[in-house]
Amino acid sequence: MENLGSVAILLALCAALYATVASVIGGIRRKPFLVVSGQRAVYSVWVLVTFASGILVYSLMTGDFRFAYVAEHSNRSMPMLYKFAAWWGGQEGSLLFWSWLLSTYAAVVVFTNRRKHRDMMPYVVGVLTTVQAFFLVLNNFIANPFQMLATDKLIVAVPDGNGLSPLLQYPAMAIHPPMLYLGYVGFAVPFAFAMGSLITRQPGDGWIHTTRRWTLVTWLFQSTGVMLGAAWAYHVLGWGGYWGWDPVENASLLPWLSGTAFLHSVMMQEKKGMMKVWNMVLISATFFLCILGTFMTRSGFVESVHAFARSDIGKYFVTFLAVGIAATIYLILDRLDYLKSESQLESVISRESSFLFNNLILLASCFAVLWGTLFPTISEAVSGNRIALDAEWYNRLMVPIGLFLLFLTGVGPLFAWRRTSLDSLRRNFQWPGIASLVLVGALLAAGVRQFYPLISFGFCLFVALTVIAEFYKGARSIAAKNDMNLLRATVELTHRNTRRYGGYLVHMGIVLIFIGITGHAFNQSEVKELNKGDSMQVGAYNLQMVDLQQGENQNYQWHRATMQVSKNGEPLGILEPEKRFYLASKQGTSEVGVRPRLNEDLYLNFGGMSDDNQRAVIQAYVFPLVSWIWIGGLVLIGGTLVCLVPSKIKMVYARTEVVGVVKKRATVQN
Amino acid sequence: MRKYGKFAALIVVVVGTLAWLATTGMNETKTYYKTISELGQMGDQAYGKRLRVGGDVESGSIQRTGSQVQFVLVQDKLKLKVAYTGTDPLPDTFRDGAQALADGKLDKDGVFRAAKIQAKCASKYEAKPGQLPPGQTAPNINNGKSSI
Repeated sequence: MENLGSVAILLALCAALYATVASVIGGIRRKPFLVVSGQRAVYSVWVLVTFASGILVYSLMTGDFRFAYVAEHSNRSMPMLYKFAAWWGGQEGSLLFWSWLLSTYAAVVVFTNRRKHRDMMPYVVGVLTTVQAFFLVLNNFIANPFQMLATDKLIVAVPDGNGLSPLLQYPAMAIHPPMLYLGYVGFAVPFAFAMGSLITRQPGDGWIHTTRRWTLVTWLFQSTGVMLGAAWAYHVLGWGGYWGWDPVENASLLPWLSGTAFLHSVMMQEKKGMMKVWNMVLISATFFLCILGTFMTRSGFVESVHAFARSDIGKYFVTFLAVGIAATIYLILDRLDYLKSESQLESVISRESSFLFNNLILLASCFAVLWGTLFPTISEAVSGNRIALDAEWYNRLMVPIGLFLLFLTGVGPLFAWRRTSLDSLRRNFQWPGIASLVLVGALLAAGVRQFYPLISFGFCLFVALTVIAEFYKGARSIAAKNDMNLLRATVELTHRNTRRYGGYLVHMGIVLIFIGITGHAFNQSEVKELNKGDSMQVGAYNLQMVDLQQGENQNYQWHRATMQVSKNGEPLGILEPEKRFYLASKQGTSEVGVRPRLNEDLYLNFGGMSDDNQRAVIQAYVFPLVSWIWIGGLVLIGGTLVCLVPSKIKMVYARTEVVGVVKKRATVQN
Repeated sequence: MRKYGKFAALIVVVVGTLAWLATTGMNETKTYYKTISELGQMGDQAYGKRLRVGGDVESGSIQRTGSQVQFVLVQDKLKLKVAYTGTDPLPDTFRDGAQALADGKLDKDGVFRAAKIQAKCASKYEAKPGQLPPGQTAPNINNGKSSI
């Protein structure tokens, strides 16, 4: 069986190479049969990689410990879900997973476009299969998942495997990597279309229209993946944080930032025919950042606590990146004539300008994160000293960037195209502006003195009000016209222009996330060693340890504290933070006790036993507003889904004028 | 042309501010990676600088007194005494034999005062992908006493 798997990925590599050659030659020589055979080869790659993956997954599920990969990442006592998740739990498997996702995407692209884009498709297929071939080379020769354990030419099995890291044995974590990979891999498709469009010198924005939905779905996966990662860190790692600027986290954020910039700047091209070169650059940058992210987490290139083992896989990625980037730059420079802008910037206070600054800021933050992530490596190469930048550096830089972006989120969508009149500025921003100032004043009066939180809350209210006003104005006029209630009118309004109002929802999600992050400034914490019966105080909460137990099962040993929580003498219930020690992997994990509320979370972590093994170390935290991050994430996901629903009315421009929305033209976010 | 001048000015202001924040931030928060032997060669220069020192946690060296944790880092037989002064809980992966990165300053008494500890399991198995922020889980229940 192990041979079948190896043969399958080898054949898949051949098929991918054939698909590249056949498509490109078929495209140049205009030989339809060759092109079609190339596309068929894409399907066969999918079948072969699926087959190979099936074998790996089957071996993981059945515990065939002759496989080195299975022995390292699975064990007998693991639940089925995690045996399956071990597919992407290690280096070799996750690269195979990458290949499989890409082959699936490629097959879907070929199928859905089988009658469209005749001239462009061969090259799209060519680009996709080139990337596919690169990953299949890795699967075959560098990180083969079908390696067997052997002594003296005899294949042997170990009695039991090491098991998946217990930190990953958590439901959200099982789906977090696939979400991120779906995002990473997905950007290959718009990139391939962009390149296809460049190579064939397409005049219009065909590639943007074709891949818009695709890009959105990819962005949705990426956002979900990042949010799941944050939620997992919060609930599993026991430190109560959700973001630590670790290189691996940064690697997932980079393409998200540039992808967000891309989603905004394509609107400039669609509506005004501007920023064509920029969009090409952005989508290419996003794609290569995805590859770079995959590379950084796998090569030991950056210092990270949880990067994969150091390996020489890095040089293959570097070569691929160098060749790919060089080819892309050459193509863009060579085809500059086809990317001429059709209009010009006119006023600083205009929609165009707000897009420009949105892009500038997103790109700047992307560059800053990249710089911080690579700085240890760069500084070592330049000066011989390995110098690290820590979370404090990121926060210094990213907090103002985030706030500026939040501000743009509020004003951008309400600026008119070309130029904005003073009158419209006043109409749109007067009340939200005043309300925000009142809020900041009230917070000052309540004793909040930190600068950034004040600004942040002010902007959050400002943006939220402008978004709500947009919904209200549109819904009110529909309600009046069609005799509906306001709620139905809001749904109707959203349905008429899903891109615009879905985009507003996404912005609302961002606002909620900012509210949650700002709560961080008001965290409280307390650490204490407690005996049974002792109590401690954190914030307004009183915590009494009523019980302390320990035990063991076949998977792990555990210690558990039972904490009676009360506030102002009123009992609120029991929290049970627990500490586990997994036997197979010899690693500890924390099962925190959380009492989540909209205003604040009470978060208890079992820190460990004291030195004399008598008392429990309990870390208690109060995290204000943190729930809003998860709520905001859900709103963001919902908003993106709304964007994906086709608009009910195609003549968006005319209709928005009729229903009397303030602005002359429809606006679309995301 | 004046119109573009405005854009240029705004862009310069934004980029300039960010560059300024980045460079000043860098000077204040940068940390040098050093090995224990390099630390020894630095002599007096080592004191007071922010450093990040890596090594293995010597078996049986972890001591907890109150909220303070002391241990010894070993690398190629060179040893360094480390006192953890931070407030964050120590990571689950921190225990005897683990590879640890201590982030802090060297004191005149030769003890390294670390404000942050990152730890990685010894080579037994590779860490997995995903988002494990550095050094931010609580200490192991075994706390270095049972030999693993």
